[in-house]
Order: sequence, then structure tokens, then C-alpha cells
Amino acid sequence: MAESNRRKAPEGEYVPKADDDLLICRCEEVSQGDIRRALHQGLRTMNEIKRETRLGMGLCQGQTCTRIARAFIARELGVAPGEVGLPTPRTPARPVPMTVIARDGIMDEAAGEGI
Amino acid sequence: MAETNDVIIIGGGVIGCSIAYYLTKKGIKPLVIEKREIGTGGSSRNGGGVRQSARDPRELPLAMHGVKNLWPGLSEELGSDVEYCQGGNLRMGKTEAHIKFLTAMVESQKKLGLELEMVDGDRVKEILPYASDSIIGASWCPTDGHGNPMLTTLAFYKKALEKGAEFIVGESVEDVIIRKGKVAGVRTDGGTYDAPLVINAAGVGARDIARKVGLDIPMQPRLVEVIVTDQQPVLFDQMLGTAGSDFYGHQSKHGSFVFGGMTGWEDREFYDHRQVTKSNTAPATCRAILDYFPWMERTNVVRAWSGILAVVADGVPVMGPAEELPGFYFASCFCGHGYGISPAVGEQMAELVAEGRSTLPLDAFRFDRFLPKN
Ligand SMILES: Cc1cc2nc3c(=O)[nH]c(=O)nc-3n(C[C@H](O)[C@H](O)[C@H](O)COP(=O)(O)OP(=O)(O)OC[C@H]3O[C@@H](n4cnc5c(N)ncnc54)[C@H](O)[C@@H]3O)c2cc1C
Repeated sequence: MAESNRRKAPEGEYVPKADDDLLICRCEEVSQGDIRRALHQGLRTMNEIKRETRLGMGLCQGQTCTRIARAFIARELGVAPGEVGLPTPRTPARPVPMTVIARDGIMDEAAGEGI
Repeated sequence: MAETNDVIIIGGGVIGCSIAYYLTKKGIKPLVIEKREIGTGGSSRNGGGVRQSARDPRELPLAMHGVKNLWPGLSEELGSDVEYCQGGNLRMGKTEAHIKFLTAMVESQKKLGLELEMVDGDRVKEILPYASDSIIGASWCPTDGHGNPMLTTLAFYKKALEKGAEFIVGESVEDVIIRKGKVAGVRTDGGTYDAPLVINAAGVGARDIARKVGLDIPMQPRLVEVIVTDQQPVLFDQMLGTAGSDFYGHQSKHGSFVFGGMTGWEDREFYDHRQVTKSNTAPATCRAILDYFPWMERTNVVRAWSGILAVVADGVPVMGPAEELPGFYFASCFCGHGYGISPAVGEQMAELVAEGRSTLPLDAFRFDRFLPKN
């Protein structure tokens, strides 16, 4: 077994650091401390940390913070950024109003729509 | 040399993590083996419904026990907010046929001891002022609700880890080892792990695992989808559904609406193991939602994803020991409703494993119900 796959109980309490307040994800206000705490509790991948902290789930959908977060997590874990992975990308690329999605594929001939 | 464990759980979804946590409460420290990430399957992709109404009578006792005794204190017990909200469940109808269907459901469930009622359009408006006038009635179960599935799965995981369970994440179980007719462990793509007891909680992967030991479950995967909107002011706290099952959902604590929906053709779709979103599902879901909430027109969808249901022939999970192979346990096939009962399943499975019996009978979920009838 690759020992890096194994996860065990955290050792001791989380010890806060001086720069814990620094924000990594501005939309959802996720700080370095939030991420460190999640790592301390045993979370490891970008998806796990995203689901726990809402990192990258806000208005910009992670377009600003994903790479910064990945580099930070890699540094904290002492691994290469590639090992941390990226969060699964989600459609749509930009926010789209429900009414636009609802009309997808429906042609309103009277309005001259449709192809 | 293979390492030895008391119990191995295959799958780090909400079911595997819940069983792991409740086992640690019984003094057993299991090894959980997850092939991808914690909660990467249906457990992080579901609609978050904690629902008793419209449950199969065989599952209802687990659902009611969970709502009464486990969900209310879960965040506190696990030390993490799982965003459980007991806002009730409103299943809405627009046609006489819908009302007839819902009334029959309400009558049959009342007989089983669940508190729920039919309400008319005016009462729906009182409960949910934002609903459209076209709703003429609904079933109303005030003790139902919703939670945050991602946080629940991770909360079970973190607490189990803290209490001594170990997890191997990133290895896939490829075989179950049998010695002298009994379970002896598992083999993964990374190593061999001994244990006299193995629990198959592999979600959609559970059929493949069972087939390794010569047991087959009549289970099929089904791809379903969810959409999430941007953050909105908090408007309602109910779990919503429709008689026509064209959409369901709730508003999360964060303020975004989380809606699941379908085209109706899901069980006939081509399935190739990829969790992709289909071009026609989100449009169908949005049309269904706007029919009930026209004012959501301008609400933005920010994310969509799909997840796979492990749908079994008779619609209720497979749980408990397999008589055919001592040491092999199922906790599989939770179909579209495993999240809501996950705390109860974990607790009862842990009792079964640790003490040989569970407080709530799990007989209805036995694997042998699928054996050929004579
Ligand atoms: C879109 C959607 C909406 C839903 N809505 C609701 C709802 O509102 N309410 C509700 O109660 N339920 C709902 N469900 C159902 C619920 O999500 C599932 O019943 C529940 O998550 C099942 O949990 P699980 O742990 O059994 O499966 P999973 O979460 O799939 O976990 C199984 C794990 O096993 C791992 N695995 C598989 N094979 C192997 C292997 N060979 N080796 C190692 N690991 C393996 C997988 O990677 C996975 O992480 C919904 C499901 C979906 C997809």
C-alpha cells in the first residue's frame, strides 16, 4: 500500500497560526485557517475541502481562487500541487437564468426563434 | 504481510462513513477503503432530503427512528454542522389525478403511524407563500426536512477518524479473500488487508463487489441530476416535491436553491459509467420548477451535476449478513433515498456487527429475498 493513501486520527488539537485570517476564497470568505483546520481534521483533496468549506462555490465559481488554494494546500501538505488535484469542473461556465435554460431546445416560431 | 483488522468497510460514502462512526462507538475500529475520495459518489451529489413521507413501509421504521432520535442531535454529536433543518415536506399537486395519488399515499402512511395530512391550496399558501396559485393541494409531513449531504458525509468521516477508524483513500477493492469458506479480507490495487468481516458499502460498485464472491444483486445504475442556484434571501425551509416527481428540492442554509429533476427517461438512458450532465435534463428540471415558482425566472443556475443511483429491483436496500458466506455483510443499494436514513443505517448496522442483532429488525432487507423462489 502507498502509505500516503492512509488517513488516521489527527494528532492533538489544531494549533492556530498567525496568518489564519488571510482569505483564499473571497466569494465565500474561506480563510487559510479554514483550510488548515480541514486538513488537520483529515480532509485531503480539493473536492473534499470544497465540500467542507464552500471554497470556490461562490459567484466566480473558483475562477479566482482555485489555483491559489491548490498551491496553498500543496504547501501545507508538503506535496506537489499536481497531487492535490483540482475540483471537478461544473457546468454552466457562467451563471445562467433559469428561464434561459428552461427554453433550451424549445422553438417559439411566432417569435422567429429556433434553428 | 497483510495487516489485520476487525472489520473492513468497502466504500467511503455516507453509508460507509456512518457505519464506521457508529462502530467506533461500540469500540470497534474499522478500516474503510475508498477508491476515489470521501463522499465522491451519490453521497455528495444528492438532494439532501430527510424524508419519511412516501417511504416504502419496510424502510419507514428506519426513517422515523432517524428523524426522532438521531438527526436532531447529529450536528452536536459529530461536532460539525450538518445543516439539518426540520422544515417539513410539502409534496405538491396541480391536477385531480395528483391529489388522488397523494391522498392514497397519505392514507396508507397514516396507517403505519406517520403523522402526515392532505392540505388544500389555501393551506399550501400559508405554509409556502411563494408557491404558485396553480397548486391545488399537497401532502404535508411537518416532521420531514433536509440536511447538507456533503457536510453530513464528511462529519461522519471526521468523527470516525477521530475515534480511531482508519481510512485508505485512493485504492480500489478488487477482490474479497475467502479462506475455508469464510471471509478473510480484501485485495485492492495497492495491497492486501485481512479481516474476518467485510461490509459491502460500495454504492453503485456494490454489485461488482458482490459478484466477486458469487452473489448477484438485481441492481442497476441510474444517472440523475441536480442544479444549484446562486445565493438568495432565505425564503422557505421546507423540503419540496411534486406528485408528478418532475422536480424536488430545498433552499440550503447558504441561501442557494438545490433542485433535483429528471426527464422521465432516466431508466432508459444509455449508461457508460461517466457522471456527465445531459443536455435535456437541466431544461426539463427548470421548466418543472418555473411551473411551480414562476418568479424564479431570473434566478441564476450556477452549478449542475449528475450522480448515480444504485437502484435495486424492489426499491429497498440490501442490508445484513449474507448467509452464503460467513463474514460478508451488505449495506448496499440505497436507491434514491439512502441519505435520509444514513444515521439510522449506520447505527443499526453497527449493532448488528458488534452484537449480532439490531434494535430495529433488518430482516426485510436480507439478500436472500432475491434467491430464486421455489
Ligand atoms: C442526484 C441524487 C439525488 C438524491 N437525493 C436524495 C435525497 O434527497 N434524499 C435521500 O435520502 N437520498 C437521496 N439520494 C440517494 C443517496 O445519495 C444515496 O442513497 C446515498 O448517498 C448512498 O450512499 P452510499 O454510501 O451507499 O453510496 P456512495 O455515496 O455511492 O458511496 C459508495 C462509495 O464506494 C466507493 N467504491 C465503489 N466501489 C469501490 C471499490 N471497488 N473499492 C473501494 N471503494 C469503492 C465509491 O467511490 C463511493 O465513494 C440521491 C442520490 C442522487 C445521485
